[in-house]
Amino acid sequence: MSGSEKKVDCSRRNLVFATAAVGGVATVATAVPFLASMAPSERAKAAGAPVEADIGKLAPGEMMRVEWRGKPVWIIHRTKEMLESLKKVADQVADPESKRPNQPAYIKGEGRSIKPEYLVVVGICSHLGCSPTDKFQKGAESGIAADWPGGFICPCHGSTFDLSGRVYKNKPAPDNLEVPPHTYLSDSRILIGEDKKA
Amino acid sequence: MAGGNFEKFKSDGSLLGNVMEWVDARFPLTENWKGHLSEYYAPKNFNFWYFFGSLALLVLVMQVVTGIFLVMHYKPDASLNAAGVPVAFASVEYIMRDVPWGWLIRYMHSTGASAFFVVVYLHMFRAMLYGSYRKPRELLWIFGVLIYLCLMAEAFAGYLLPWGQMSFWGAQVIISLFSAIPVIGGDLTTWIRGDYVIADATLNRMFAFHVIAIPLALIGLVAAHVLALHEVGSNNPDGIEIKKNKDPKTGIPLDGIPFHPYYTVKDIVGVVVFLMVFCAIVFFAPELGGYFLEYNNFIPADPLQTPAHIAPVWYFTPFYSILRANTVNFFWIDAKLWGVIFMGLGVMILFFLPWLDRSPAKSIRYRGPIYKSALAIFVVAFVILGYLGMQAPTPGYTVVSQICTIIYFLFFLLMPWYSRIDKCKPEPERVTS
Repeated sequence: MSGSEKKVDCSRRNLVFATAAVGGVATVATAVPFLASMAPSERAKAAGAPVEADIGKLAPGEMMRVEWRGKPVWIIHRTKEMLESLKKVADQVADPESKRPNQPAYIKGEGRSIKPEYLVVVGICSHLGCSPTDKFQKGAESGIAADWPGGFICPCHGSTFDLSGRVYKNKPAPDNLEVPPHTYLSDSRILIGEDKKA
Repeated sequence: MAGGNFEKFKSDGSLLGNVMEWVDARFPLTENWKGHLSEYYAPKNFNFWYFFGSLALLVLVMQVVTGIFLVMHYKPDASLNAAGVPVAFASVEYIMRDVPWGWLIRYMHSTGASAFFVVVYLHMFRAMLYGSYRKPRELLWIFGVLIYLCLMAEAFAGYLLPWGQMSFWGAQVIISLFSAIPVIGGDLTTWIRGDYVIADATLNRMFAFHVIAIPLALIGLVAAHVLALHEVGSNNPDGIEIKKNKDPKTGIPLDGIPFHPYYTVKDIVGVVVFLMVFCAIVFFAPELGGYFLEYNNFIPADPLQTPAHIAPVWYFTPFYSILRANTVNFFWIDAKLWGVIFMGLGVMILFFLPWLDRSPAKSIRYRGPIYKSALAIFVVAFVILGYLGMQAPTPGYTVVSQICTIIYFLFFLLMPWYSRIDKCKPEPERVTS
């Protein structure tokens, strides 16, 4: 009996390893279509059509809700007084100048709007996705604080937002409310979900 | 003890005997019957706390059976019907109002969900009382924690199905937790939902998880849990190993009694008492004051309006409190992500319990005052966290929940230290009555 007969034939073992490795890769690759099938379907992707809102009848100090991509979009007709309150809270909100990317490029500063009196925001809290409640009454009547200037409070975890959707400091929500892309079709009609065509 | 050398069945010549012999030659029937029931020797000193394992099995069977019959009528469809009500929501109302006995089957299922957590929490507490997670039962404990995780996933997916306001907004909050993960969070959340918002796609996949994927995993884990238990043998209120004292002739533990008929019969008593309470709730208070079925869930899901007060069902509230207790940004990580991290750690830390406990005694009967106090404080903190998770957050409540969160984690993290220095009493040689 020669020594070579006792030795394990390593070339065959390598074949076993190679087969197992290729099988493993194939198994993992097979998982891809299944995992990918859970991503939004083509229909879901296509469903994000823009919606039109008529703001002609929206009185100063009132808000309306429209549904866009299954989310609530708020349109608030801000009074002069409401707009002035934005300056007063500048040092209490986390991102007063809207520096973080929660709005299209054409939305800037404390007003966060195209026309100062009309605020358009997605009414979904940046914390865990609840829809905040509007609290436009000022002061202690709101049940929030004696110096409350009006704004929004999230019922889930107590984040508060001002009348530009800017989040107050030290609240669970990390970011301001998102401003959706929108454009004015006329003085009283807004198209939500589409930027102004160049 | 299963898998021992049990002899094959020998027929006495009768028809039944012949059938048994024929089967036993082809399938390990006698072996499994003896190994897991009639010759599985459990300690003779089991007490009240040992009812909850078999009760958990009962509730599992009940959930599977009622679930099958609910699926015959339920429709996982978020689109609106002609009356403007989501089809899924309407199908649950249909089960409640029009399906013969549908109300009973549905209330058994919804009450069963809460009952499952009641018995599982008591079952876990039993393990902490008597050190049932200690060597050699670490893997048994880990299977148990995995079952608990599956149960939480199962309950979460099931809660979405009625497509009420709490279903929708609860799922919105819980799935949004994943958005706290840096870089991939946003895409991951969209992938889990299958849409950019909680939508029909989300409802359908949660239905698939709830009725197929998770129950399969759950049943597999329960089998592994029982197999691991029968391999190492049951612990007991004295926390000593009955296998150390065996009858020299038969090899049977001196303090062991066959599971069947002794404990099968004992457990029937537990089942009867449990079913009395269970039926009382199903028949007279299926909502249990909003704890088992939240009132907001009788309103169809409205993606535009969050209910004024949202809270998870009671069994999730301790961990929900831990999530909310994190309100400070530090180490460049914002409070939102810390909340998610701590909530996750709160569950994961259970896996490490067998190695955190360094006490010389297993059972609380022989442990010193430090562990007894620590366990009592831990239970109080856990209950307070559970209560606070149902309340709207106020600054005062937030501070209390922060204190309780710290207690929760210190109970585990300091355990290697305090369990070692504790003054334990000597364990007995044999079990006490």
